[in-house]
Amino acid sequence: MTTQELKKMAVKVRQGIIESTHAAKCGHPGGSLSAAEVFTYLYFEEMNIDPQNPKDPKRDRFVLSKGHTAPGLYSALANRGYFPVEELQTLRHTGSHLQGHPCVTHTPGIDASSGSLGQGISVAAGMALSAKLTNDDYRVYTLLGDGEIEEGQVWEAAMFAGNRKLDNLVVIVDNNNLQIDGPITEVNSPYPIVDKFKAFNFHVIEVADGNDMDQIAAAFKEARETKGAPSAIVMKTVKGKGVSFMENSVGWHGKAPNDEEYEQAMKELSEAENL
Amino acid sequence: MSDMKPVATRDSYGNALVELGKKYDDLFVLDADLAAATKTGVFKKEFPDRHIDCGIQESNMVGVAAGMAATGKVPFCSTFAMFAAGRAYEQVRNSVCYPHFNVKIGATHAGISVGEDGASHQCLEDIALMRELPGMVVINPADDIEAKAAVEAAYHHDGPVYMRFGRLAVPIINDNPDYKFEIGKGVVLREGSDVSLIATGLEVGETLAAADELAKEGINAEVINIHTIKPLDEELVIATAKKTGKVVTIEEHWVNGGLGSAVAEVLSEKCPTLMKRIGVYDTFGESGPAKELLHKYELDAEGIVKQVKAFL
Repeated sequence: MTTQELKKMAVKVRQGIIESTHAAKCGHPGGSLSAAEVFTYLYFEEMNIDPQNPKDPKRDRFVLSKGHTAPGLYSALANRGYFPVEELQTLRHTGSHLQGHPCVTHTPGIDASSGSLGQGISVAAGMALSAKLTNDDYRVYTLLGDGEIEEGQVWEAAMFAGNRKLDNLVVIVDNNNLQIDGPITEVNSPYPIVDKFKAFNFHVIEVADGNDMDQIAAAFKEARETKGAPSAIVMKTVKGKGVSFMENSVGWHGKAPNDEEYEQAMKELSEAENL
Repeated sequence: MSDMKPVATRDSYGNALVELGKKYDDLFVLDADLAAATKTGVFKKEFPDRHIDCGIQESNMVGVAAGMAATGKVPFCSTFAMFAAGRAYEQVRNSVCYPHFNVKIGATHAGISVGEDGASHQCLEDIALMRELPGMVVINPADDIEAKAAVEAAYHHDGPVYMRFGRLAVPIINDNPDYKFEIGKGVVLREGSDVSLIATGLEVGETLAAADELAKEGINAEVINIHTIKPLDEELVIATAKKTGKVVTIEEHWVNGGLGSAVAEVLSEKCPTLMKRIGVYDTFGESGPAKELLHKYELDAEGIVKQVKAFL
């Protein structure tokens, strides 16, 4: 895809996030929107995957360690063809395959069950190690929130991945600066994030604007070329990106838009799509 | 009981992994800096490329195993019961059981027979924690022969399995040529009519010895080995309850949540029967030689005889 096409797809992913959380009347739009570009880039450009063969043993894997942002992942999967986009409307409904947090046994294209923060990165490290043990060449990607990295297990996994030089593993930190109880610096600051991953023997790639497709593309290229160490892409993003009233607002971490807000959000996204 | 030398089931675990490792190259063993104690050191020596020491991080180890299972390997996670079922409980629940990944957990040093290390390491709740989890199989083998058979059965089972092993060497009770291990199938070791003694793990040997003593006093006890607590052999439990009308469960576990609870759940719903649960009652363990602790907490043959007689 061209950069322009990827940007347009990111808008579609955002529309799916708004559609699904509005239909669910709950869910987590803020951290889904901040990661819309990375979801899009992974599923439309970076990863070796086939929606027609979601269990292909040779496929690249993605683990959404910050599992509450499932609406973003589901929207990317639907737009990529894993299941019909219309099904996004069933998010969090009884009997839907779209659970509040991702689960392997429910949804095609999901590689790990996640949502309890800090656990996904270990599972991703296990997948990356698994490839190394049998000389398979698939790559493994995992997305963490910046609040999530307050969890101790994240650093167990980071120590493990760094020590084992899992250069087929890419850990992405969505540094949108907000967690449920407020700015991460006021709750329990995880900074300096970059220095921490460096200390755990990662190759760290800083992205000044993680909502910029060109910068994301450059970061994943650098990660792919990195040998002998896992990569951490620490990307500054805007929580709620793309919907004016949700941007940088902690209140939109885990709240769905009402009908009026939905109309406003979709209008803004429609305009963005036509730019 | 056999003349064969007693063996700790943790040794059986390590030895079984070596034998299985020779046959199946998708079997991997993970440890959390306790390979010397979980007895997987023999596997590490034989298959260094298939042994992963995660260091002291049990939560991460379980997650790593989930990732390995998700990509087609059969990982056996090894650590003490306290850390496997306790510290890593939520990883076992959410990273392994919820997606139903094919992870095996070899939990050694279960129960008060850990001995001198004391209560912090004497896990008396692992059966309770693990049997709650949907899709989890929970096995507590009684001796070396059963433990090795359990490890092999766990390898062949598609889905998560929790295996409980002990530190203390226990007598061999299953050395008969007809011995066959089947997940979920209890074994009648001794026929009787006065009372049913349903035991698990190292308490099976103690219970057999207790039944011999009870026989001398004219009490004819039926002894049943429940090596698989989940899925429980409900048919056998109900049949023996109907036969004797009195049921005693014996386990090296807190009485809440373990074998006794599992049996009580079945009987209270399907065959109400007077019961006595033998185990540890609402107290932490303590330091001391394993056999002395089993005696103090009335979990040796002598203690079982005393409690069964009081019940009858």
